[in-house]
Amino acid sequence: MGGIRIIAGRELAAYFATPLAYVFIVIFLALMGVFTFYLGGFYERGQADLVPFFNFHPWLYLFLVPAIAMRLWAEERKSGSIELLMTLPVTTAAAVIGKFLAAWIFTALALALTFPVWLTVNYLGDPDNGVILAAYLGSLLMAGGFLAIGSCISAANRNQVVAFIITVVVCFLFLLAGFPVVLDFFSGWAPQALIDTVSGLSFLTHFNAISKGVIDLRDVFYFASVIIAWLYATTVVLEMKKAD
Amino acid sequence: MIRAESLTKLYGALRAVDGISFTVQPGEVLGFLGPNGAGKTTTMRMIAGFVPPTSGRAEICGFPVDDQPIEARRRLGYLPEGAPCYGEMTPRQFLGFIARVRGLDGERRRSRLDDVIARLHLGRVLDQRIETLSKGFRRRVGLAQAIVHDPPVLILDEPTDGLDPNQKHEVRELINAMAKDKIIVISTHILEEVEAVCTRAIIITAGRIVTDETPAALIRRSRHHNAVTLRFEQAALLREAAAELRSLADVEHVELDEAARAVTAFPRGSALIVTAVADLAGAKGWPLSQLHLESGRLDEVFRSITEQEAA
Repeated sequence: MGGIRIIAGRELAAYFATPLAYVFIVIFLALMGVFTFYLGGFYERGQADLVPFFNFHPWLYLFLVPAIAMRLWAEERKSGSIELLMTLPVTTAAAVIGKFLAAWIFTALALALTFPVWLTVNYLGDPDNGVILAAYLGSLLMAGGFLAIGSCISAANRNQVVAFIITVVVCFLFLLAGFPVVLDFFSGWAPQALIDTVSGLSFLTHFNAISKGVIDLRDVFYFASVIIAWLYATTVVLEMKKAD
Repeated sequence: MIRAESLTKLYGALRAVDGISFTVQPGEVLGFLGPNGAGKTTTMRMIAGFVPPTSGRAEICGFPVDDQPIEARRRLGYLPEGAPCYGEMTPRQFLGFIARVRGLDGERRRSRLDDVIARLHLGRVLDQRIETLSKGFRRRVGLAQAIVHDPPVLILDEPTDGLDPNQKHEVRELINAMAKDKIIVISTHILEEVEAVCTRAIIITAGRIVTDETPAALIRRSRHHNAVTLRFEQAALLREAAAELRSLADVEHVELDEAARAVTAFPRGSALIVTAVADLAGAKGWPLSQLHLESGRLDEVFRSITEQEAA
């Protein structure tokens, strides 16, 4: 749809019209480097793969992606431009998708700028580039999931800081859904089926599966459904309280 | 055509808008008046499709705003309250974005953009970020985005707020120039604006329509309608003049303003007393500095209507 493309284009341009884009990219790349080379022990491991690089993606996204997502709708609400956007001849769904796509393309760009890490590992050894490509894809899908969650929470809040904090918490729960920190909350009272469902929602489990180089359609489908579900929720939230 | 049918909006227990109905035909410029918080903005938002009404419905050119929002919005140019824009964009980028979303392209987009940029005198600031512009320019950017697709229906929430007198005048000229074949609804606090551009005025108070008539009819309700004020050079003659004026047939009563050295004669009904007063002044040889026939005071009418309703 034309509306989606035009809105995504405007939104993407807006990132680069403010320092936001540059600050984000610089910090993203710097942290990636620190995590990979110092905490991940990239050289010390002596293996030609990017496992130490991708291992930190979920944790970096946990704080950086909500920073991108928090402004998606909260800013429109605060500046009042939401009234302009919602009275243009585009559907709410088109506006939601357009803004989400812009944020996703932006994170994809930041992710693509990590290519020197990939060059380095290829220079030093002979890695399995198929696995690396799969891991990049998994990382992008996971970023999309975080962004969709953030989009919905941003739509429900006028205050960007509140949107950021809630998004981090919700993303954290989704990230670790398969781990005791979340599951302990359910075990003991919830039926096993619910516990299994919750543990199946873990971003980390699905991301780790993909980043091993196995692109299972179920993992891709999982992230796609997370994105679609949260974007749908964004649309519903906006329809309900766009003018509040 | 705009049609509003018993539009009602509740915020909790508050009836912000309470059963407002009206229709506006092409060629009409409807002025929406009312004290702050009377429900003007909420009503306009419901017609524009931004706020869903609690009950009632609105139509633009035959398209219901709730069921066919896209069709309705295509025909609408809307300036929201406060003229919100994307501050980080320049007017050129912003208007280009709106034109694209509105489906204008190629030569038509270029000519429409040139037209609105010229009409609103935005040429000088086209490449400055909107957030750095003055309030007046920002308002004009907002107006430009509302008319860029040449819509048959315009809803403008306080189009001249924040403009200086020259800019106000220009915007009124713009509205008058577009008024012939369009449907225009404006809200305003500025009563002179109603006389300058509107063919019809609706006053709302506490979410209800209290009057719906032409500005001329509205002004006739003023107690100053057809009143005549005489201003004297010296205060000495004031009392004598007041007594003489009271004796005129169509004068109902007379008011004295010592400080301004003025006497005002109010007519019985809407009788024209200016000739009789002028003749009297001539016959008596009063040294006048001013003789003034009042058409009426809209602010007085506005106050009496809205206060009476509030009481």
